[in-house]
Amino acid sequence: MTDALAIANTDHSGIAEQLDYQNQFVSFWINGQLMGIPVNMVQEVLNPQTIAATPLARREIAGLLNLRGQIVTALNLRRRLGLPDYEKTGESMNVVIRYRNESYSLLVDEVGDVINVQRDAIEPPPRTIDSRWKNFAQGVFRLEGRLLLILNVAALLTLDP
Amino acid sequence: MRTLDTRLSREGASPIMDDDILQEFLAESWENLARLDTEIVSLEKDPANSGLIASIFRTIHTIKGTCGFIGLNRLGKVAHSTENVLGKMRDNTLDVSPAAISLVLDGIDRIKQLLEGLEATKEEPAVDSEELINKLELLASLAGDTPAAAAPPPAPEVATPVAKPTPAVAAQPLPVSPSPAPVAEQSVPQPIPLVEQIEAHVAPAISDHHQNNAPSAPPKGAAEEPDPAGGDPKKSVADLSIRVNVDVLDRLMNLVGELVLTRNQLLQMVRGEDESKYSAPITHLNRVTTDLQEGVMKTRMQPIGNAWSKLPRLVRDLAQLTGKQIELEMSGAETELDRTVLDAIKDPLTHMVRNSADHGIEPAEVRQRNGKPEAGRVKLNAFHEGGHVIICIEDDGAGISRDRVLKKAIEQGLVSEVEGSQLSDGEIFKFIFRAGFSTAEKISSVSGRGVGMDVVRTAIERIGGTVELNSIAGHGTTVRIKIPLTLAIISALVVESGSECFAIPQLGVVELVRVAKEDRHKIEKIHDNEVFRLRDRLLPLVHLNDILKLPEIDSSRGDVNIVVVQVGEEQFGLIVSEVFDTQEIVVKPMGSLLKEIKIYQGTTILGDGRVIMILDVGGIASQFGGMASRTRELERHRQDLEGTSDLGEPTSLLIFAAATGDPMAVPLALVARLEEVPVSSIERSGDRLLMQYRGDLLPLLPLHGEQPHLGDRELQPIVVFSEGRHSMGLMVDQIQDIIEEPLSVRMQSSRPGVLGTAIINGKATDLVDTQHYLMKANPLWFQREGTKRRPRVLIVDDSLFFRQLVRTAVEADGYRAVAVEGPSYAIEMIERGEKFDIILSDIEMPLMDGCEFAQWCRKRPHLAGVPLVAITSLAGDIHEKRIMRAGFDHLLMKFNPQQLSTTLKELCAAQTQPVGVSA
Repeated sequence: MTDALAIANTDHSGIAEQLDYQNQFVSFWINGQLMGIPVNMVQEVLNPQTIAATPLARREIAGLLNLRGQIVTALNLRRRLGLPDYEKTGESMNVVIRYRNESYSLLVDEVGDVINVQRDAIEPPPRTIDSRWKNFAQGVFRLEGRLLLILNVAALLTLDP
Repeated sequence: MRTLDTRLSREGASPIMDDDILQEFLAESWENLARLDTEIVSLEKDPANSGLIASIFRTIHTIKGTCGFIGLNRLGKVAHSTENVLGKMRDNTLDVSPAAISLVLDGIDRIKQLLEGLEATKEEPAVDSEELINKLELLASLAGDTPAAAAPPPAPEVATPVAKPTPAVAAQPLPVSPSPAPVAEQSVPQPIPLVEQIEAHVAPAISDHHQNNAPSAPPKGAAEEPDPAGGDPKKSVADLSIRVNVDVLDRLMNLVGELVLTRNQLLQMVRGEDESKYSAPITHLNRVTTDLQEGVMKTRMQPIGNAWSKLPRLVRDLAQLTGKQIELEMSGAETELDRTVLDAIKDPLTHMVRNSADHGIEPAEVRQRNGKPEAGRVKLNAFHEGGHVIICIEDDGAGISRDRVLKKAIEQGLVSEVEGSQLSDGEIFKFIFRAGFSTAEKISSVSGRGVGMDVVRTAIERIGGTVELNSIAGHGTTVRIKIPLTLAIISALVVESGSECFAIPQLGVVELVRVAKEDRHKIEKIHDNEVFRLRDRLLPLVHLNDILKLPEIDSSRGDVNIVVVQVGEEQFGLIVSEVFDTQEIVVKPMGSLLKEIKIYQGTTILGDGRVIMILDVGGIASQFGGMASRTRELERHRQDLEGTSDLGEPTSLLIFAAATGDPMAVPLALVARLEEVPVSSIERSGDRLLMQYRGDLLPLLPLHGEQPHLGDRELQPIVVFSEGRHSMGLMVDQIQDIIEEPLSVRMQSSRPGVLGTAIINGKATDLVDTQHYLMKANPLWFQREGTKRRPRVLIVDDSLFFRQLVRTAVEADGYRAVAVEGPSYAIEMIERGEKFDIILSDIEMPLMDGCEFAQWCRKRPHLAGVPLVAITSLAGDIHEKRIMRAGFDHLLMKFNPQQLSTTLKELCAAQTQPVGVSA
């Protein structure tokens, strides 16, 4: 994933550029696909955590975790995207995000780097995209050799009634 | 100030700044307005109180002044006109009349409305207030002839150049005031250009003043400068207190919660280690943490008066609307509560005060007629009592009629008439809190909003409180609410179910019951539902893992842990696999994605860092559906099982009148038909009456002691009893009704033809002894087929009524019957050597029940071939199994004569066959 960063960072023009949140995305891997969410939504990234079960909750909700006394709802991103469960049970990484004054942890397979892109370069998701993802994909960035799919956090966290 | 306004919202490069000012303004205004309502209502009572007027005037003035600074035009104008009226009142040039007060209140309402809009949209809502402003201006102009006095006072208070518009605008009605009538029309167009003109002056002045940081400066200036302007009322408060955002306190509370958890963890670690070098510092930490927890809790405490501040206004408006005189008395307003609790009770409290004022207090005329003071009184009192806060709402109004509530409860089927007669007043008034229960005959515009007392109860129970009501008709009603001090840190029981841990708030837990594994059979099943007999009642049981859809661990062996919980008046048992200890837990709100699950009320973190869910027992109760009805059902079963009920199963009864007019009854099961026959068709044969009926002769009999008199009517009602080929008709005066009611014979009778007396429909009613009439109509009836040996049937039943009923049916079928009132008599007869072909027995009987009797019989070899038939009103598999296990051959329900007849016939056929072979 460092290669992804290297590819994306075609222009290493100093700290100002690095702090340009508008153009930065935290990347992660889900079922072999590189995805990203805006860096300013991400609170932190955690190693696999103990997740407390929440019986009767929807299957997309993995449970709750204790983040220094703060209770965070963990969302199983694979299930949310209609994908099979991660074969390495209990090894999912946590991308903790802040949305509407609440913290959520997105369970992902692996976490990649922060990727710098030009925001203007975003393209609409290709037509060939998995139909289950249409509602969740905000757009894609063409990185060298692969696509970075930008997820719409609001849509992810709005569970259908 | 339009320019300034738009700049604030559009150009604001620092939206946080704008927002802060606005929030500050809103917070301050709401605080002031809340006080205002109370003050104005007091003013109405005490119009001469110049201090009050001055205080109210200052409040409005502050709002108006701030509006001016941050460019809230519409709001400013309303505030300004209201201030004008108040100014005249302060200067004693305008009377403080109820009409004037109402208008001022209207003005304040409009200000609130605008503020609400502002809060919601961050923009001033486009509400047209001209009419109101005109009214206010007109009122101000009607004042005496020293109106000028109103204008100057603002001037000295306002020191900054920005505030200049205030006196200018305030003075505005001055030129037009001499002629009151045209004021209304003229003042409409007038103020607008004037205000705009002022704005035009002010706006550049501000931007000039702060040239360097143009976009953010005006709000900054505005934020700083209102202080000297409205400084007077604020200073005293500011010296003693600071305003802190609630979020900050919540965060602090969370941190303290964590500290509490860490402390718990540490305490656990050093427990048992007497000589640990850590124990001294940990003890200290423990103490400090406890103090800190209390301290932070205190910051979240608010006086309950905050929830009351709107009530005087509410009661005043209600009094005006209904034309009643109502006084509201409040005491204990300083009693403090956690703000979450306070928020939760605000609405229920308002609802109940409204109820008291609207439904409770009678109109003045009625009160006078009843010798009460004209003005009704609603008293509100709050105080602490052992970790709880008690709030009493008391009125001296009409009260609630206990009987009317009971009648309504019976109508709605919440309780039977007989049960109802045994309820205490408190139990009866509890019905008021049931959903859909209202005794108000007409819906009032004030209280009839479809929000019943059940909503009040639900809201209070949600925060772990209770509510009870008592009332004396004619004297008033008292509602007592008991609520916990805080919801943030609660005591909870930690349990395990399906390998997961859960917390159950201690408030809802009644007791813990452990059923040893050898006592597991004490958990019974009724209709697939498990119940446990806990002391004198049946407790419905729920497996927590079933509710949570978790796998059950070790369900078949080991002890059973039951957590008995209470929801409202209902109790039920939660079966869990493990019960740990009780802990102080910090309630953390549920994430929004989990809020839809109703059986959780929050989450918490245990000492070891694990996150667990806090169960909401109320949610569980509603989840597993109609706990109330289930408990009632079980209660009925209990009564059946224990025979404590004096209410039998409902029996269909035919009610008719004797010639005396007295009601009489006969079980419908014994009636073949009802007829009305022409009197002319009744014939006499000797001293007997007969009629031709369906190709046969039907003997007719009058009720015992009555002479048949046929002359004065055309149609004769007849109740026909029929068995096999034989029938008889009972001549009655009038057939009245068929009802279904539990029957219990209260008095036995020695009169011929009367079995006993029961209370039916609230009247003492004689029960007809059908056997008497059947015998009388056809003395040979029971000796038919006399040549054959008639089987002998033993009937065992403690109920005289059923004993006679069964006996009649058995004898009508041509058997010989012996009826006894208990197994002991039966055993005595059997041991005496009496022979019976069939034994019919009831199940629930005192001393020895039917099952024990059957077991006894089955141990007697000479009774081996005698069929045992149970006749019972107990329904359900569980009973059936028990009865059949005891040795009965058949089970019949009470009471179906046809079924009994068929069964007896079959049993006899089976018995006689082998006899026939041997013979």
